[in-house]
Amino acid sequence: MDLRVTTERATDEERAAVDAVLGAATTGWAGGARSEIDRHVAYGGRAAREAHRDLLLPVLHSLQEKVGWISKAALGYLCARLDIAPAEAFGVASAYELLSLEPMSQVVVHVCDDIACIARTGSDPCGAVRAAHGPPGEEQGGLSWKPSPCLGHCEHGSAALVQRSGEGGGRATVAPFDGAALERVATSVAPVPELGTSAPAPAPASRAAEMALPVALVPQASSDRSSLRLLRRVGVVDPTSIDAYRAAGGYEALRRALSLGPEGVLSELKAANLLGRGGAAFPTAAKWSAVAHNPVRPHFFVANADESEPGTFKDRVLLETDPFALVEAVTIAGVVTGAERGFVYLRGEYPLAEERLEGAIAQARAHGLLGDDVMSSGHVFELEIRRGAGAYIAGEETALFNSIEGLRPEPRNKPPFPVDRGLFGKPTGINNVETLLCVLEVLSIGGAEFASIGTASSSGTRLFCVSGCVSSPGLYEVPLGTTLRELLDLAGGVRGGRELRSVLLGGAAGSFVLPEQLDIELSFEAVRSAGTTLGSGVVMVMDDTVDIAQILQRIAQFFRDESCGQCVPCRVGTVRQEELLERLSSRRPLGSVQAERALLADLGTVMRDSSICGLGQTASSAIESAVAKGLLASLEEVS
Amino acid sequence: MTAAGSTWPRRQVELSLDGETVRVNEGATILEACAAAGIDIPTLCYLETLAPVNVCRVCVVEVVGARTLVPACSRKVEPAMEVLTDSERVRTSRRMVLELLGSSVDLSYAAPEVTEWIDRYGADPSRHGPPMRPSLAGERDSARAGHHHPSDGTTAATVAQPVKRDNAQYVRDYSRCILCYKCVEACGAEAQNTFAIAVAGRGFEARISTEFDVGLPDSACVYCGNCVAVCPTGALMFTAEHDLRASGEWDESRQHVTRTVCPYCGVGCNLEVRVQDNRVVRVTSPLDHDVTSGNLCVKGRFGLDFVSATGEDEPGGIGANRAE
Ligand SMILES: Cc1cc2nc3c(=O)[nH]c(=O)nc-3n(C[C@H](O)[C@H](O)[C@H](O)COP(=O)(O)O)c2cc1C
Ligand code: SF4
Ligand code: SF4
Ligand code: SF4
Ligand code: FES
Repeated sequence: MDLRVTTERATDEERAAVDAVLGAATTGWAGGARSEIDRHVAYGGRAAREAHRDLLLPVLHSLQEKVGWISKAALGYLCARLDIAPAEAFGVASAYELLSLEPMSQVVVHVCDDIACIARTGSDPCGAVRAAHGPPGEEQGGLSWKPSPCLGHCEHGSAALVQRSGEGGGRATVAPFDGAALERVATSVAPVPELGTSAPAPAPASRAAEMALPVALVPQASSDRSSLRLLRRVGVVDPTSIDAYRAAGGYEALRRALSLGPEGVLSELKAANLLGRGGAAFPTAAKWSAVAHNPVRPHFFVANADESEPGTFKDRVLLETDPFALVEAVTIAGVVTGAERGFVYLRGEYPLAEERLEGAIAQARAHGLLGDDVMSSGHVFELEIRRGAGAYIAGEETALFNSIEGLRPEPRNKPPFPVDRGLFGKPTGINNVETLLCVLEVLSIGGAEFASIGTASSSGTRLFCVSGCVSSPGLYEVPLGTTLRELLDLAGGVRGGRELRSVLLGGAAGSFVLPEQLDIELSFEAVRSAGTTLGSGVVMVMDDTVDIAQILQRIAQFFRDESCGQCVPCRVGTVRQEELLERLSSRRPLGSVQAERALLADLGTVMRDSSICGLGQTASSAIESAVAKGLLASLEEVS
Repeated sequence: MTAAGSTWPRRQVELSLDGETVRVNEGATILEACAAAGIDIPTLCYLETLAPVNVCRVCVVEVVGARTLVPACSRKVEPAMEVLTDSERVRTSRRMVLELLGSSVDLSYAAPEVTEWIDRYGADPSRHGPPMRPSLAGERDSARAGHHHPSDGTTAATVAQPVKRDNAQYVRDYSRCILCYKCVEACGAEAQNTFAIAVAGRGFEARISTEFDVGLPDSACVYCGNCVAVCPTGALMFTAEHDLRASGEWDESRQHVTRTVCPYCGVGCNLEVRVQDNRVVRVTSPLDHDVTSGNLCVKGRFGLDFVSATGEDEPGGIGANRAE
């Protein structure tokens, strides 16, 4: 391939942003100064292109953060450095919401307008910011705002992500967020130390509150700590200190794993019957064992921390309050599956989690708990963070691999499965953050003991992200098999004693249950036979003030916005589904309401049956469940 | 073929297709098994010379016991697989895929089979409402991932947009693009290795694009036309053909196809030169030609105009493209 890049020269600032990740260009070929030898050597070609393509996303992040957008000239320079065709790099960058291919204001505030915030704070979560600052996208004093899908701070009922570029640039979350909060961000447009990513900056009010004690996050932490397993260190163990983590029993699980050996750990996991918490409930032991025993080398292990399912915030809480636990768990996974290199793919909207996790990895490395001799066992394990850039689909495991590899975050067809061909085409284990924390618990209490918690087929505890119209929203940990009613009681029941209308279980990809179903057991088998799902642990409560039609429209909009666009059923089906719901809510059906009902069912069928990945396959699930349960008034009146 | 290893007989796999037991080579796809058994499966994004991307989903079949339908074009056969190619589920999905495409893309230049499938499966694109107004030039190209203009649902969104015409050789009419990825594959690692175009954007706003939507003369394009050759819907088309169709003068009864060998170099690419009224309107190479697999370079693809040169033609061609 002959690389053809623009002749426009990147600015010094742009080159510095690229070089910050790649180091200075050493050859004329790669955009640096031309030396004598450059006239005789071709450095490009397929090998060069594939060798460092995985640095594409980190370089794009660096440009976004330092320069504020990715210009044609900057793209040309990074393509010369990485041997990537500009069209391909453009295709990658344009798939992510947090990367801009046009100049934008120095500060961009992404304001959540998603379903949990609608349910908790009323119909227009962006109302205040719109009133104060005008329509989205309009720049005022170096600042603009835009609506955003769920930012994973649902316990507050409002949240914003502030993206600031240039000197002192970075990201920060403000939750709760209101018009006044925007004022604060807006008035401090001069270098804002609080927006730095990792510098020891004075903590802003919101972050200090999060650090102090996450009572608001984990209501059980201040009452009933004895029931906490995965959350037991939350709020009592300093998340920035490896000594504190070890003093609280941290790294005992790794020690035990090393003494048991890989096969020993696999049999504990099997005895524990641990099922994945990322949505698909796949047995973890089977996955790890398939990777461990795959003769193809090298192996990789990935922690999936891309958490973007609307209503989900559990992994963020775990990473912000207990980051060493994830580092320890992934290390164990690496040792057991024979992976010497691991990645945490972290949602780009989680700056505090990134800061904590970076600190934890650095300390673990300094203490010989990562690196070329893990805990003096002779095992090699390196761990690095790869940051997402605003794409729900990148949480799907194969899209996630593509994202790390510097390709578009499009899911791959399965089979082959990741255990055979995953990251960089090699056998790869991948688990959700919560699943990995369960592994620590399995090792500390033993597989049999773990299996005795919960129900016969759903072992262990589960984290539930309770949001919406409840008295105490937050993250709850209960044994699997607890009923929905018991969980809601823990959360103080419906706020203000109002009437419960419905609960959305499992998130936008989940389904609605009705008040008469509150005795449903929250276990994998019970929800499956009730035709619903635990998904990522979302329990979103809606009382009689919530406009379910509006919630459904937002869900339809979410799937349309987040579809990768690869396959026809999802790319066009999500558009038609959104249009149909708009027609119903404006009472302008095409033909009869009966015909609209049939069309909605057909759309659901083709998306569920024929989409490539889980996004399209579940894009109609919540909507169809609401229709089946009579929650959509406009369909009920006429028919 | 006598290459080492390939003389061994392949292992056979036995499976059931619509109740009939068939045996095919291990590693074959369901589509290949169906072709051998004479079962017709519609395909749009599949081409035998390209790696299957399985994105259009019109080829889905039912594998008994599987949670979802599977794409016949890429799924490999497995022993004892029970495949249904015309079940109710299959027919519903194919009907809907065709409806979704038909309601959002102009399929009027697609192969005649597409119309036949639309009839066969009873697809009714009009169920989704009248088409929305076409996008303005550049509108779809500047769409931001994760944001779209809300619709009121009374009209159906489409990909309709102005034709892109920025070079003498071929036009890009993305109102006809079904996003089958074939052109991207042909321009990239599957054939040309030029990577001038890629999929950009996300969701319904996903599109085929150069970097920053620059015109082809400013892109890496070398005008091999290999993308044009694989496009199944006429979204990419020889300028001559496009203009004749647009003016209503395209007339296959006045055309003939001559099979010849490219006169430019010694590689020996076979050409199929389609001529109407003594003018070259399209040049292709047979997919099964073992030199080209259907691919050509700019000379063979677009360099034959001299045969109809009258001396009155404007100086055109590749060099002219670069002059702004
Ligand atoms: C559209 C989509 C988004 C997903 N997002 C996530 C995510 O953010 N985090 C996650 O752990 N799993 C996510 N998954 C599930 C993963 O593909 C995968 O099943 C999971 O990481 C496996 O981990 P587990 O076995 O521990 O559950 C997503 C799946 C789909 C289809
Ligand atoms: S189902 Fe949707 S998100 Fe998944 S591959 Fe298809 S278009 Fe992409
Ligand atoms: S003409 Fe050739 S180089 Fe140009 S876009 Fe098409 S395939 Fe790529
Ligand atoms: S332009 Fe043609 S070949 Fe390319 S994706 Fe669109 S329909 Fe397919
Ligand atoms: S032909 Fe199989 S998915 Fe397109």
